[in-house]
Amino acid sequence: MIRLSFRLLWVALAVGVLMSTNVFAQQPLKIGLILPMTGPMASTGRQVSAAVKLYIAEHGDVVAGRKIEVLLRDDTNAPETTKRFAQELVTNDHAEILAGFGLTPLAFAAAPIATAAKVPMIIMSAGTLIIPEKSPYILRTSFTLPQNTAPIAAWAPKHDIKKVFTLVTDYAPGIDSETTFKRVFTANGGQIVGEARVPAQNPDYAPFIQRAKDAKPDALFVFVPSGEGAAVMKQFAERGLARAGIKLIGPGDVTDDDILDSMGDAAIGTITSHFYSAAHPSAQNKAYVAAFEKANPGMRPNFMSVGGWDGMELIYEVLKKNNGSTDGDKFVAVAKGLSWASPRGKVTIDPRTRDIIQDVYMREVKRVGGHLYSVEFDRIPEVRPDGTY
Amino acid sequence: MLTVLFDGIASGGLLFLLALGLSITLGIMNFVNLAHGAFAMLGGYVAVVLLNRWGVPFLYCLPVAFVVPALAGLVLERTIYARLYNANPLDQVLFTIGIVFASMATASYFMGSQHQIIQLPPFLQGQYHVMAGFDVGIYRLFLLGFCGLIALFLHLVLMRTRFGSRLRAAVDNGRIAQGLGINVNRLFAITFAMGSGLAGLGGALGIEILNLDPVFPVKFLVYFLIVVAVGGTGTVGGPLAAALILGIFDVAGKYYVSQIGAFVIYAVMVIMLIWRPQGLFGRRAVD
Amino acid sequence: MTMDHKLRYAPEVDRLKATASWRLSEVGFWLLTIAAYFLLPRQLVLLSRVAVMGLFALSLDLILGYAGIISLGHAAFFGLGGYAAGILAQHGWGEPLSGLVVAGMIAALLGFATSFLVLRGSDLTRLMVTLGICLMLFEVANKLRSLTGGTDGLQGVSLWPILGIWSFDLYGRTAYGYSIIVLFLIFLLVRRVIHSPYGLALRGIKENQRRMHALGTPVARRLVVAYTMAAGLAGVAGALLTQTTQFVSLDVLSFEKSAEVLLIVVLGGSGTLYGGLIGSLALIVAQYLLSGISPEYWQFWIGIAFIALVFLARGGLMGLARGALALLHARWHGSEIPSGG
Repeated sequence: MIRLSFRLLWVALAVGVLMSTNVFAQQPLKIGLILPMTGPMASTGRQVSAAVKLYIAEHGDVVAGRKIEVLLRDDTNAPETTKRFAQELVTNDHAEILAGFGLTPLAFAAAPIATAAKVPMIIMSAGTLIIPEKSPYILRTSFTLPQNTAPIAAWAPKHDIKKVFTLVTDYAPGIDSETTFKRVFTANGGQIVGEARVPAQNPDYAPFIQRAKDAKPDALFVFVPSGEGAAVMKQFAERGLARAGIKLIGPGDVTDDDILDSMGDAAIGTITSHFYSAAHPSAQNKAYVAAFEKANPGMRPNFMSVGGWDGMELIYEVLKKNNGSTDGDKFVAVAKGLSWASPRGKVTIDPRTRDIIQDVYMREVKRVGGHLYSVEFDRIPEVRPDGTY
Repeated sequence: MLTVLFDGIASGGLLFLLALGLSITLGIMNFVNLAHGAFAMLGGYVAVVLLNRWGVPFLYCLPVAFVVPALAGLVLERTIYARLYNANPLDQVLFTIGIVFASMATASYFMGSQHQIIQLPPFLQGQYHVMAGFDVGIYRLFLLGFCGLIALFLHLVLMRTRFGSRLRAAVDNGRIAQGLGINVNRLFAITFAMGSGLAGLGGALGIEILNLDPVFPVKFLVYFLIVVAVGGTGTVGGPLAAALILGIFDVAGKYYVSQIGAFVIYAVMVIMLIWRPQGLFGRRAVD
Repeated sequence: MTMDHKLRYAPEVDRLKATASWRLSEVGFWLLTIAAYFLLPRQLVLLSRVAVMGLFALSLDLILGYAGIISLGHAAFFGLGGYAAGILAQHGWGEPLSGLVVAGMIAALLGFATSFLVLRGSDLTRLMVTLGICLMLFEVANKLRSLTGGTDGLQGVSLWPILGIWSFDLYGRTAYGYSIIVLFLIFLLVRRVIHSPYGLALRGIKENQRRMHALGTPVARRLVVAYTMAAGLAGVAGALLTQTTQFVSLDVLSFEKSAEVLLIVVLGGSGTLYGGLIGSLALIVAQYLLSGISPEYWQFWIGIAFIALVFLARGGLMGLARGALALLHARWHGSEIPSGG
C-alpha cells in the first residue's frame, strides 16, 4: 500500500515537474511573414522570403528551446489585405511576431494590429521614415530613405554636380527621398533646376526623363521602388542623357542588385549611396551571397534580402536573451540598442526610434569579372535613420 | 515639344499593333477576349528568351514573336474559344479572365516577376538630333515605320484581297456570309491567329518601351479596351486613329501636366465615347 | 369579364408569386450566416470581407443582371462611399450607421450624375465610359493626397461603438455581425425591388429595350433610377469596408476592384440575386485557401478553376448548382435528363 502510494507520489512529482517547466518550450513559435509575393512588388517578396528561409536553414529552426514556424502570406501589395492577414495571423493562427511589409502603405495598414495585440512587428523592407511612429511595437531592420539619400546629396556638390533635376515616385518613400535630397543638396551649395513625381501605379518614365533632359542639369537624381530601376535606366540610355553629359545619381534602389546585371552598359558609371551592395567586400557578405545564390539559382541577393536576413537575426537574438518569450514590451525593450554584424556591415537598433542605424556606402556601378556590381568607394559610418551622421 | 509629339505617335503605333487583334476579334466574332494581352505577353517573352538566352539577333526574333502566339491562338481558338462563341458575354469574360490569371502565373513561374531587360542591336539605339528641342529616338523611329508599314499592309489586305472582302462580309453579317459559302469558321480561326500574332509582335516590340513583366496583360488591358472602344471595330483606320490619339495625349499629358497625366486620357476617352458612342469609324450597331 | 381575365392569367401570376416567395434554401442560407458566427469564430475577419464584397456584388448585379448594364467602373461608387465614411470618421464623426447613410447618399449622387452617360451606346461603349469615370476618380483621389492620404491610405480612421454598445474588436466579431445585418437588410430591399413591377420592368428592359419602349415604359427613367440605386448601395458597401477595417486606400477605386466585383458576379451567376453572395464567398475563400497553399502561384489555380467552371456550366456557380439539381431531380424521378443549357 505504502509502496503504491510512493510510486504514485513519484509519478505525481514527475508530472508536476514536467508541467512546471516552461510548457512554452514545446509550443512552436509562429512568425507571420506578410509580403507582396505577386504583383509589381513581387521581387521584393521573393528576396525577403528567400533570405528568411536561408537564415533558418543556416541557423536551425530552434531558438531558446522553441521551434520557429514561418507562416508566409501574400498580400498582393494591397494594404487592406495586409491588414486582414495581420489580424488573422494574430487572432487565428496565434502568430507571436509579425514581419515583412514590402511597402510603406502595407506597413501603415498593419501597425494598428500590432499595437492592439501587443505583438512585435519587424519591418524588413519598407523605407519611409515615420513608420516606427505608427506603433510602439515596430522595429525596423531594413533602411530609411533619408538614410540612403543624405550621403549622395552631400557628395554631389563636392564633385562638380551643382544643378540637379529630381525624379521620384509619388508615394511616401519617394517624397521622403526628395525632401531629404533637396534639403541636404541645397545646404551644400547645390541648385535644384526641376523636379517631377511619377505616379506609383503604371509608371511611364519616358516623358519625365525627357523633361529632365530638357532642363539641362548636371545630374538626374532618381528614386524608384526596388525593381523599377531597369525601366528608368532604359529611358535614361535611350534618350541619350549620358551623352548629353548628365549623370545619374540617387539612393541605391535604382541600381537594385536583383536586376543590375541585366541593365547593360548604360548603368556603368552611376553613382549611388546605399547601405548594401552584393559586392560588399566582407567575408561575411561573400559567404552570404554565395549561400544565397546556391539556394536560389539565378538570383542575386539585393538590399531587400538583407532586411529579411537581419530581421531574423534580430528575432533570434532577442529570443535568446528573453528565453523564448515574445511578450511585446519585453521584446522591444531588449531589442533597443542591440547591435550585430550583418552581411552589410555593422547595424544597431536605435533605442530612441526603434529604427536602424547602419553604415552607408558611396558606390559606383562597374563591371567586375564580367558582371555589373555597385562597387563601394567610400563609407559613412553609423548614419542615423533621419539621415544625419 | 516636337519630341513629345513624335514619342506619342510612336507609342500610338505600338498600341495600335497590340490592340488591333482585339478589335478584330470583337468585331467579327463578337467575342470579348480579355486574354488578348496574354498573347502579347507570350510574344514578348519568346523574344526575350531568343535574345537573351540564345543570342538570336533582334530582327530575327520578331517573326518568331509573331508566329508563336499566332499558333497558340490558332490552337486555343479551335479547341476552346470556338465553343464559347454563342455563350453569354459574361461567361466569355469569366473564361478569358481565367486564361489571363493562368498565363500570368505561368509567366511568373518560368520567367520570374521582374521587368525583362533586353539589349537592342546598336543600330537601333540612340537618338538623332534633328534640331533644338527635337530629338528622334532611333528605336521609336523604327517602331513608327514598322507599325506604319503593317497598318498599310493590313489595310490593303482588308480592302484589296478576296480574303479581306470575305472578312468584311463576315463582320457585316456572319450568317449571310456563311450562306454565301464563305467558310466562316476557317475565317475566324485565321483572323484570331493573326490578331494574336500581331499582339505577340507588339509585345516583342514593346519590351523596350512598355516594360514586360507577368502583370502585363492586366496593366495594359485598359489601354487596349480604350483603343477598341474609341476606334470602333471592323476597320483598320479606326483603331489606328484611336491609338495615335491615345498615344499622343498620354505622352503629352504626362509631360506637360504630369500632375494629372493619366486623368487626361481617361477624360478624352469618355468625351470621345459620349460624342461618338459607336467609335470613330465604326458604324452604328444595327439593333 | 373579370372572372375570365383572372382565370386566363392565373398561371403567370402564380408563377411570379412563387418566385417571389421565400424558398427553403434561401432561409437555410441566411441561417448559415448566423451559424457561422458561432461555428467559425476564428474566420470572422475573412467572412466580414465576404459579406462586404457580397453586398458590393449585389449592387452590381442589380444593374448587370437585372437592368443589363455592363459596368467596369462600379468601384467608383464603392470607393467614393469608402472614402466618404473614412474621411468622416477621420475628422471626428465616428458614428457608424450615419456614416453608412452619408456614404450611400454621396455615392448615389455620383451615380445619378453619371447615369446619363451610360444610357447611350453599345455594351462596349458603356463598359469603357464606366471604366473611364472610375479611373478618373482614382486619379483625382490620388492627387488629393491631403484629403485621401494618397497611395499610403487614410490614417486615423476610428469608429465609435455601434449604437453605443458594440465596439469593433480585434477578432472581427462586431464587424461580422454588423456586415451581415447590413447585408441582409439591403438584400431584403433589393429582393423586394426585383420582384416588384419596377423590377419586372427592368428585366424587360434588359431583354428587349425596343419592345419596352413600344409598351410605353419610360426606359431612360427606369435605368437612371436603377443605376442611382446601385451606386448608392455600392457606396454603402464601400463604407462598410472602411468601417470594419478602419482603413481605406486607393485600391478601393481601382480598375482591379471593379474587375474583381464583376468577376464575382459572373462567377456566382448574374441575375440570380444570390449570385453575388455565392460568388463572393467562393472567390474570396478560394483565394485565401489557394494562396495559403501556394503563395506565389495561386493565380494559376484560380484561372484553371474559372476555365473549368465555364465548361461545366453556364451561368456561373448558380448555373452549376441549378444544373446539378436538375440532374439529380431527373435521376430521382427516373425521367430523361433535360438537354440544353
